[in-house]
Amino acid sequence: MRLTIRDAILAARKAPLLSALSVTTIGFSLYAFALFGLVAINIRRALEGVEERVEIRAFVVDNARVESVVTAANEIGGYSEVASATVVTSEQALERARRELGEFSDVFEAGVLPASIDIRLKPGFRDPRNVAAVASRVRTIEFVDDVRYGEEWIAQLYRLRNLAGVTGVILGLAFAFVAVIIIGATIRMTVLARAREISIMKLVGATDGFIRMPFLLDGFVKGVLGGVLALGMSWTSAQVLDRYLNFHAVFFDQRMIVIGLIAGALMGVLGSGYAVGRHLRQL
Amino acid sequence: MADALGMIEFFNVSKEYPRSGLALRDTTFRLAKGEFAFLTGASGAGKSTILKLAYFDETPTSGEVRVSGVTSGDVSRGDIAQLRRRLGIVFQDFRLLDDRTAEANVAFALEVTGTRHDQIAPRVDRVLKQVGLGSKAKAFPKELSGGEQQRVAIARALVNDPFVLIADEPTGNLDEKATRSVFQLLRDINAAGTAVLMATHNLDLVRRTDYRRIELDQGRIISDATPSREEMPS
Repeated sequence: MRLTIRDAILAARKAPLLSALSVTTIGFSLYAFALFGLVAINIRRALEGVEERVEIRAFVVDNARVESVVTAANEIGGYSEVASATVVTSEQALERARRELGEFSDVFEAGVLPASIDIRLKPGFRDPRNVAAVASRVRTIEFVDDVRYGEEWIAQLYRLRNLAGVTGVILGLAFAFVAVIIIGATIRMTVLARAREISIMKLVGATDGFIRMPFLLDGFVKGVLGGVLALGMSWTSAQVLDRYLNFHAVFFDQRMIVIGLIAGALMGVLGSGYAVGRHLRQL
Repeated sequence: MADALGMIEFFNVSKEYPRSGLALRDTTFRLAKGEFAFLTGASGAGKSTILKLAYFDETPTSGEVRVSGVTSGDVSRGDIAQLRRRLGIVFQDFRLLDDRTAEANVAFALEVTGTRHDQIAPRVDRVLKQVGLGSKAKAFPKELSGGEQQRVAIARALVNDPFVLIADEPTGNLDEKATRSVFQLLRDINAAGTAVLMATHNLDLVRRTDYRRIELDQGRIISDATPSREEMPS
């Protein structure tokens, strides 16, 4: 291990420009990946915001007793899928309608709206299947007159969400693949710069594993440094968007930053392994 | 059955390259323990191909190469690495690392084979003295003459105590004086018990000794003989 570390340091010292170029290239390829990640998490966050508005409204019959409605609301609130179930009286419903319609609020001047139980679902249960299942259960309650939850709207939202998810995974994998290839090509330059040393190592009986180790360490360090560089550039980009375009982008949280750095290191190791493995096979 | 350890054996070996065709045809010979043999012949006769096959840089197209019990038919990359630790290999172009001193070049062969750190310096010191470069341990290859660089390469080949030294035109880049000096070193190494298989164009060098001569022409062995004392030039 001591020799591996010494070899990796020696190689970096021997070709500082090449090392700097490798870190920069890795940094930029990870930056492209990070920018994509930022776009993906911001889209996801926006969709989550819309999802939070998924709501089931169970209208109750006019002559329903308030105590019964409250009891039913408490019972619904106990469903595993349900985050909250709130009783809305007809007066509150009218007030809410006026507030939401703003300048057209006078259309409700003399109107009457039915009381309801407004049900919000927990995250992870806002998909069409779960929403329909909860709606069906609520519909069976004796004094519930009608249940509405914007069936088509939720179905479309989830189609969009799934599309965004699948596109995100495919593009993410493609970006990661391209990053690994670029990192591999960059580290291949380092391998070629040390081709003579590698051939001598082989001649005197070094094993492939021994030859590979310093390159894997080199890839690991460059991957982490490239990851830090990419992180810095992404953070700067998010700040620029925020300051000059007033776009309040969500940035990576601590967990994502750690995952990103690990991914950078992993890409460095994979890229290095690919480059040196290819070279060794040709010897 | 003869003890195969420490021997190089070729059994009906042929080697064909996709582009340049047959480099070696149906070659059979054996280099015994402690023996010295020259491989001679014109360029392209197959000398380097034999050496590459002997250190498993190439695999035969047909036939079998056996080196110290390791056979070409079922050899793994790990076996090759282990075998090369017991072979010394020397080239015409020295193949030294220019950014390392003479002693670092020699130590390199021990480091990459996992020799204990405290054993490296004394072994390097011993072998550099053996090749007459004890005083030039700290010199970089560019500060050394061709003959001295070849001595460093030989020291690197010797430091793992090989049973055979495989030398591909080791004097090809050297002047007459350096050639004599490097050749004398190879003879001394052989006298100490290490077998030597040496490819050379230098027929003067060959004729001055009574070592075995394997002559190649167009990939075939056309003669394999050890001259008698009477055949030696006076």
